[in-house]
Amino acid sequence: MVRATTFGKVTAVIATEALSKRFPRVTALDRLSLDIGPGVTGLVGSNGAGKSTLIKILLGLSPATEGRAAVLGLDVATSGAEIRERVGYMPEHDCLPPDVSATEFVVHMARMSGLPATAARERTADTLRHVGLYEERYRPIGGYSTGMKQRVKLAQALVHDPQLVLLDEPTNGLDPVGRDEMLGLIRRIHTDFGISVLVTSHLLGELERTCDHVVVIDGGALLRSSSTSDFTQTTTTLAVEVTDSDAHPDGTRALREALTAAGVTLHAAEEQGLPGAGHVLLVEGEGEATYDLVRDTVADLGIGLVRMEQRRHHIAEVFHAGPQEQQIQQQSQQPAHAQLAPQTGGGHDGN
Amino acid sequence: MATELTPPGADPTRIHNIGYRKYDGQRLGRSYARRSLYSQSLRGAYGLGRSAKSKVLPMILFGVMVLVAAIIVAVAVAAPAGTMTKLPLSYTAFAISLQPVIGLYLASQAPQTVSRDLRFKTVPLYFSRPIERRDYVLAKYGAMASALFVLTAVPLVVLYAGALLAKFDFGAQTKGFGQGLVSVALLSVLFAGLGLVMAALTPRRGFGVAAVIALFTISYGAVSTVQVIAYSQEATGAVSWLGLFSPATLIDGVQTAFLGASSGYPGGYGPGAGAGVVHLLVVLALIAGSYAVLMRRYRKVGL
Repeated sequence: MVRATTFGKVTAVIATEALSKRFPRVTALDRLSLDIGPGVTGLVGSNGAGKSTLIKILLGLSPATEGRAAVLGLDVATSGAEIRERVGYMPEHDCLPPDVSATEFVVHMARMSGLPATAARERTADTLRHVGLYEERYRPIGGYSTGMKQRVKLAQALVHDPQLVLLDEPTNGLDPVGRDEMLGLIRRIHTDFGISVLVTSHLLGELERTCDHVVVIDGGALLRSSSTSDFTQTTTTLAVEVTDSDAHPDGTRALREALTAAGVTLHAAEEQGLPGAGHVLLVEGEGEATYDLVRDTVADLGIGLVRMEQRRHHIAEVFHAGPQEQQIQQQSQQPAHAQLAPQTGGGHDGN
Repeated sequence: MATELTPPGADPTRIHNIGYRKYDGQRLGRSYARRSLYSQSLRGAYGLGRSAKSKVLPMILFGVMVLVAAIIVAVAVAAPAGTMTKLPLSYTAFAISLQPVIGLYLASQAPQTVSRDLRFKTVPLYFSRPIERRDYVLAKYGAMASALFVLTAVPLVVLYAGALLAKFDFGAQTKGFGQGLVSVALLSVLFAGLGLVMAALTPRRGFGVAAVIALFTISYGAVSTVQVIAYSQEATGAVSWLGLFSPATLIDGVQTAFLGASSGYPGGYGPGAGAGVVHLLVVLALIAGSYAVLMRRYRKVGL
């Protein structure tokens, strides 16, 4: 049977301990220790931060150079097949053949996960309905929009009712509406389906609304791991844009003065380079009260409120906050140069 | 009666959202997944479960194979009693004579069997499931070989049935039929391996088709031509050794040496037992090599 792991909490869905993965020219993961519980967890990192490498190791498809990892209490080094039976995976890239229908494709993938033929068909119909594909599921995938394709990719990861799904950049290539729908769907995977989720992205902002917990990695090392409320408490910023009126020829300035008088912290820096730059106020948010205050202040001034939204934080903000950054970069750079030479001849093997 | 089941006024076509249902049924694991992939690929090799358009070519080629066998049978049965004692084309010679058709079939179906998954990057979805590289390669290889065996063995069954109808010698026909089956089984495994390797190394479907046709047709044409030249130079020893260089002549050599076939080599100079062993060894090495190359090909196809 399965060898139980001795590290990590029993409740941990994913646990890694000093996990390292070194390729001859790059260190993809550098002594990464994580302890991820049930729920929706965001894994944030810029391109090349080691997100995909981590997923590959968690699926038992690529051995770690050092350290250990466990998924659902199973050791990735010895129980890869058991893990893959209980885990769903949605890749970042396109992976759908264009000439079959979503139904046929997902049924086939369900059978590849070991579901008997009848169950595979039933689960496929259910899952496609849950991800929001209806009549179009009988048409060839080649004619689908990007949003529909992402739903099919999600469906094939969910069709065998896994205990955990690994979603690699599920919002890639989606328009804002599609993005919000996908994020809502990801939230439902946990709340309605009871399946834990690890979702990667390079946008912190979209994950903090969806996830219970966010892990930020950079250069293969842990930069920050905390529950999303920590992030939002310290970093909520509201962008407010208003119109001008006859009474207030410069509405933005009028609002700025009124809000400052009301004791609200305003960020000094105005947004540059974006539409409406110079007309956008960045307001430090302190919960619901701030929304109400902005609304009332705008109403009292008699100017129009164009928009009020939460600013999505870029990953870079977290990097600037952390002093570890430089240290990490130095660590990952060194082996890169040291081992450049020996691995140049391994290219083509086919011819 | 059915109307009584839905309350009056309710839309009977409405779909009720019954929420998410957990799956507690059985999970059949790796060997089941491998079998499913095998049967899906085998059906796919004849266009079953695919679009109507993709059924056309495999079915036509299959029809041609059976039709040729049926014509041979018709000739044998219609011939006046006593004028024929055996089929005009032997069981072992059938596949060799029709190898352009087999090559065409392989060229059209090997790429669809393997390069679709590579080209559309579906392979990672397989490997993120319990199934492993070995299962995938075995299922695909097995499916292609089985598809070829169906293509080549069914006409032999037609021939055998016809031979019995024509009341040819039962013992001799059964022996010939058995030898023919062994021969096409070997041919199927060899051709499938080579075809899949060519297809897997050329993910663009068009190139895959061209590569397979080139491998089989050109090598057969070249070997046959050189064999004829060698024969006309009376280098009869060279004729049999040249057979090592094309898949079809390899099978011809093996069946001439071991399966009682009369060689299709120029002048009938098929290999003797010694050269026959070499032919057989080359066939087995090519099969093992094809499997190894396929395993290697999928090693890098991670996520």
